[in-house]
Amino acid sequence: MRRVGFLIWKELLELKADPHLVGIVIVAPLIQLFMLGYAATTDVRNVPVVVSDADRSTASRELIARFSASPSFSIVSVVGGVRDVDPYLERGTAWMALAIPSGFGAGIAARRPQTLQILADGSDANSATVSLGYAGSLIAQYGEEKAAALRAAPVVRAGIEPRIRVWFNPRLESRDFMVPGVVALLLLVITTNLSSMGIVREKELGTLEQLNVTPLRRWELIVGKLLPYALVGMLDVLLVIGVALFWFEIPLRGSFWLLLGLTIVYLMSTLGLGLFVSTISSTQQQAMMTTMFFFLTPMIYLSGFIFPIENMPAVIQPLTYLIPLRYFLVIVRSIFLKGVGMETFWPEALALTAWGLAILGLAIARSSKRSA
Amino acid sequence: MRKAIAVARKEFRQIVRDRRTLMTLLFVPAFFLLLYGYALNFDIRHVRLGVDDRDHTAASRSIVSAFVNSGYFDLVAAVDEASTTALMNRNEVRAVVVLPRGLSRALLTGRRVPVQVLINGDNANTATTVVSYASTILQSESAKYRSDPDPSVSVHPLLTAEPRVWYNPQLRSALFLVPGLIAYIAMITAVVSTALSVAREKEMGTMEQVRMAPLDAGSFVVGKSIPYFVVSLVSALGIIIVAMALFQLPMRGSWTTLLLALSLFLVGALGLGLFISSISESQQVAFQLALLASFLPTLMLSGFIFPIASMPAALRAVTYAVPARYFLIALRGIVLKGAGVGTFWVELVALALYAALMLALAAVRLRRQWS
Repeated sequence: MRRVGFLIWKELLELKADPHLVGIVIVAPLIQLFMLGYAATTDVRNVPVVVSDADRSTASRELIARFSASPSFSIVSVVGGVRDVDPYLERGTAWMALAIPSGFGAGIAARRPQTLQILADGSDANSATVSLGYAGSLIAQYGEEKAAALRAAPVVRAGIEPRIRVWFNPRLESRDFMVPGVVALLLLVITTNLSSMGIVREKELGTLEQLNVTPLRRWELIVGKLLPYALVGMLDVLLVIGVALFWFEIPLRGSFWLLLGLTIVYLMSTLGLGLFVSTISSTQQQAMMTTMFFFLTPMIYLSGFIFPIENMPAVIQPLTYLIPLRYFLVIVRSIFLKGVGMETFWPEALALTAWGLAILGLAIARSSKRSA
Repeated sequence: MRKAIAVARKEFRQIVRDRRTLMTLLFVPAFFLLLYGYALNFDIRHVRLGVDDRDHTAASRSIVSAFVNSGYFDLVAAVDEASTTALMNRNEVRAVVVLPRGLSRALLTGRRVPVQVLINGDNANTATTVVSYASTILQSESAKYRSDPDPSVSVHPLLTAEPRVWYNPQLRSALFLVPGLIAYIAMITAVVSTALSVAREKEMGTMEQVRMAPLDAGSFVVGKSIPYFVVSLVSALGIIIVAMALFQLPMRGSWTTLLLALSLFLVGALGLGLFISSISESQQVAFQLALLASFLPTLMLSGFIFPIASMPAALRAVTYAVPARYFLIALRGIVLKGAGVGTFWVELVALALYAALMLALAAVRLRRQWS
């Protein structure tokens, strides 16, 4: 145990000797969390709209005012003819164009049904779908109000009254969903990278030979290597959870201690993964490539962090079970948003633990084979 | 220039010797596009639906089948008040329709009757879409029971919107995501491959030898970037060809413009990598900085996944420093809209400025360390 202590001390000294690195592991996650906390929103706001108003009536101006008052849209420009909107869409300065035909106001006053054309730039398919939906309901609502104003008395009709209630995130804030995910992602990125360079660095610099001739045992080397990174990781955990709670005011509905405990389990798998990469690489460049391409990128895209797993084709879905981030995302999001505990996500917690133990075991086995 | 070529030749030999790195750089990107292009989409289908039917009549069953036949919902469970919470917590159902007792009688006698829909809102984006699906379905079911007292009133609503979508009429997620993936993969390949190149020489002590050689910082930087430029260009073109062959990515603009935009973007990315490498003392630091400067901004701040217009103003200002932002506008413009240089020359100029700035910073930084 004393030998492990010395090794940890050596690693901490090395960390301290590299002031850049300390700055990076403390400051970088904070900057990233701030940026991503604000950027990672799939909400659609301020969609730039160009309007071609061929009518120039009170009704058309009223409708335009509705659009500019809505937080979903911002009017870029009002032009005369329908053709004039083309350059805006092609250039990308407007994502949507609303065409108001001449005779629109007169038609409304005469209670003749009117059709408005909306053109959307489909190259951002997701935003286009959402903003078309908003625009459609805004127009329909305006139409109904006009119709009601023109009609004498409102008609009471039989029918179904939809009462839609949204659970866990009633304000439909995508931030409440994304920020806990960003916390999980940042821990993965920082700790896996740190530990992936850990052993391969000694290999590349030739100092692994020196460590091999010391009376250190294999597992002692591994533990001594990982513990300092685990400490750095824990520090980052506290920092990012603190920012999520106090800056972004993400509600933490479940138990803080459970969150902390399972984060440690998660760190075991991210550090183990980095160590494993370190044992299969011979240069730091290789280690970096392997981490980036074979681990981080697939994990980000296939874990359900941004793209829901249910939407993926059935062939790809089984692949996602190999990704520890998948399990941890379910856990953090459940603790933060749903306030549930182990009774609900014990399968995920179990899978995460098994994954961590397996990858650590694999890394230790790989490195002892190369001990000579 | 001859000196730069000598450095390039040396660097090239080093790349070729490390087979695993070279293969990773050349072929993995195209393979990834294949995987992610299929895997990722925002289309919301197969929402797992639970039904709490307390009425058990033809009317209630008709509402349930309207949900199922819409193609958006998969009926997975019949639930009751007690089991709803547990199933929602476990994510086994993501939406629940509650059909109250007496629904059918109320509808037939011309009264209004509330139908509750519970939706799991943890993913706000998905939930917004599910909310609108559910209310559309209920409205059209509701219309079956209406008999308008005043037949003279037009059944058509006064105002309807007629949407038309340009450039991507079927709103395929792939057409939107693939250009983003191209930018993302090209950025990573270029920055990651160069970020370690100078730091490695420093760490191994070979930087001293380079410094001793009759070589100025400018030709060193140019020489370092040429081989990585070739490798990244080959791999980026590989991705684009895969995208066209497998995802029917159209090519509505000209290849020359595409190559121009791609080269400018890659040179900027390589310059960024070299600059990072020149300010880092160890490869570990270089790696962390590369992640911070390229990987996350390209993913989050370029408009690849998250729309820039929705970000707060301060952050929107930051996105102007992300080269992928310009490249994405140019790429989507060329490939999907068939736009020419005239439409997005601003973006091309921005990319060129970025590239020049990064290469100059790297050279200045190295020259200072040299002397």
